[in-house]
Amino acid sequence: MEIGLYHYLTVAAILFTLGIFGIFVNRKNVIIILMSVELMLLAVNINLVAFSTQLLGDLVGQIFAMFVLTVAAAEAAIGLAILVVYFRNRGSIAVEDINLMKG
Amino acid sequence: MEVAAVILPLIGAVIAGLFGKFIGDRGAELVTCSLMLLATALSVPVFIEVALAGGQRHAELFSFIVSGSLEAAWAVKIDTLSAVMLLVVNGVSAMVHVYSIGYMHHDRSIPRFFSFLSLFTFFMLMLVSADNFVQMFFGWEGVGLASYLLIGFWYDRASANAAAIKAFIVNRIGDFGFALGIMGVFALFDTVSFEIVFAAVPEKSGTLLEFLGLELDALTVLCILLFIGAMGKSAQLLLHTWLPDAMEGPTPVSALIHAATMVTAGIFMVCRLSPMFEYAPDALMLVTVVGASTAFFAATVGLVQNDIKRVIAYSTCSQLGYMFFAAGVSAYGAAMFHLMTHAFFKALLFLGAGSVIHAMSDEQDMRRMGGLWRLIPWTYGLMWVGSLALAGIWPFAGFYSKDVILEAAWGAHSGVGSYAFILGVASAFMTAFYSWRLLFMTFHGKSRADHHTFEHAHESPWVMLAPLVVLAAGAVVAGWIAYDWFVGEGREAFWRESLLVLAAHDSLEAAHHAPVWVKVLPLVMGVGGIALAYLMYIAVPTLPTRFATALRPLYLFLLNKWYFDELYEFLFVRPALRLGRLLWLGGDAGVIDRFGPDGIAAASIRLARRASALQTGYVYHYAFAMLIGVVVLITWYLFLQAR
Repeated sequence: MEIGLYHYLTVAAILFTLGIFGIFVNRKNVIIILMSVELMLLAVNINLVAFSTQLLGDLVGQIFAMFVLTVAAAEAAIGLAILVVYFRNRGSIAVEDINLMKG
Repeated sequence: MEVAAVILPLIGAVIAGLFGKFIGDRGAELVTCSLMLLATALSVPVFIEVALAGGQRHAELFSFIVSGSLEAAWAVKIDTLSAVMLLVVNGVSAMVHVYSIGYMHHDRSIPRFFSFLSLFTFFMLMLVSADNFVQMFFGWEGVGLASYLLIGFWYDRASANAAAIKAFIVNRIGDFGFALGIMGVFALFDTVSFEIVFAAVPEKSGTLLEFLGLELDALTVLCILLFIGAMGKSAQLLLHTWLPDAMEGPTPVSALIHAATMVTAGIFMVCRLSPMFEYAPDALMLVTVVGASTAFFAATVGLVQNDIKRVIAYSTCSQLGYMFFAAGVSAYGAAMFHLMTHAFFKALLFLGAGSVIHAMSDEQDMRRMGGLWRLIPWTYGLMWVGSLALAGIWPFAGFYSKDVILEAAWGAHSGVGSYAFILGVASAFMTAFYSWRLLFMTFHGKSRADHHTFEHAHESPWVMLAPLVVLAAGAVVAGWIAYDWFVGEGREAFWRESLLVLAAHDSLEAAHHAPVWVKVLPLVMGVGGIALAYLMYIAVPTLPTRFATALRPLYLFLLNKWYFDELYEFLFVRPALRLGRLLWLGGDAGVIDRFGPDGIAAASIRLARRASALQTGYVYHYAFAMLIGVVVLITWYLFLQAR
């Protein structure tokens, strides 16, 4: 079976959906939310690379994917740093406890 | 020159008021006093040139209001009437300024005091030098403001604040009449300039005014309205209640504003408007009746007061009544004459009383004085001069002016004239009585002060005595010097166009042909009053108490000032407070606040609370909302594409 554009897109869609569910279903840990976000970004990256190679045949999409990876790494670093500080201050990073914005 | 005489006090007021902190107490005193003395020095040649040499000065500085046919300018118009006032106001004001250096020595805010005094002088000069109704009204309100500020000068005393507000409100009633009068003048004459109005009065006389179906003589109505203004400012019966309370202010203020100058603004106004009043005989009758009643009423109240300043205050009220009924019988010259002499001797009496109060460490109750004459002989002697002048004893100033007023009232040969004459003579008797009652209670007999105060009683410094001496000189000689100019043979050459007396009303001419008994009666009454006071307070000191017990209701009636304050409290003050409370709680808090600011605020709080319930604070809820949003946007976009 020839691996084509549709397969790539399907994998990306599954990953994306997993990420979304990871955010919604998870009630325990904020780190999991962070990981889910990464997962969604990866899904998008797959899309970018797939379109770049299979459909358009130029490098723009792949270069863009490199940028996304870089930004995602930075974002993960900042997010984790925030979590560490948050834990120090409040002693918990359970999703249920993080509702300071409750009206 | 006359412009400088008017403006200098303003400059002094501004310097002392705005830069008082930089130039200090001494600097403020020096600046205001020297400017006032300079203004006085400038008024003398103006007076000589205008009043004696028959000149006329009129300087329009710049325009004030120009709106359609309503034109009013800032002007300094000096005719004889203004020249007399200019001299009196500046002279007394300068004396009071100098005196205040000594009297206010211990005060904390000296620059403010001197600034207000000078400001008052400026406004008073604006009033007297006006050439139109609007500028006069400006000065009129300005002196009211200065009076308010100075009565409430010691603003940390509740009573001073209450007195200041009372003076302001009672004056407002009068000023309302004045303002209506000015509007009426404008409606009738289409101008507010004195000159044009006066020229047009004869042809307008007899014009009728329809009001609520009544046909009224327009000039009479206008004159009565204007006179209501004068009543308020000059503390005439019904609107007099603020004057005695105004004694809460520092004594120099009482001397300057509430004796010599501001309260005489009403008399000045009636004299200034004599060309109008002459054509409104009914208004003149009202002036006479109100004046005579006030003279009598205030004199009776003065008989029994115990506060040294209040006695003099009621005496002022009474003397203002004299001036008004003099104006009412068309003897405007006599009114101005009494105004001038009164300014001297009443300022002298007030400043003398201030000197006594100063000596007695701020004691004002005469029942706690007595026997002071040895300790403060200068003040004692000067108070005698003032009292002699007030009681109208020959050859002091009051003799000439009061005599001529009573003769003019007699000479008017009218019902109201006789009414004024009888009440005036009775008041002359009482005036002499209460003046000597004051002298005897304060200076004679045994001391009733506590030992400590009496030990410390001391004569005032020269800076306070010198103005007293100047004023005393005025109180002695002003009468016979000015008699011929103001009311004697030379009066027509002196007043010229500044006063108008119709030939039919010339009561001053009749006054000169009064029989001997009319001429002698006031003097007899004065001496009789003094004698009675001597009998009651020196010869048989138990008499006053016996009288008071025997005639207790009458005594209480007089002591409580005819219950005017209580009556007004009941009739006006309480209903006004009740109405205010109703509007406050019912109208303002109940309706406007409830549906206005408070209501809107409460509604927005409720709304916000509901909106904030949407915020759970959970991250995944926000993420979900975001996702839904993205889905909606994409769907919408796709549908747009599909079409």
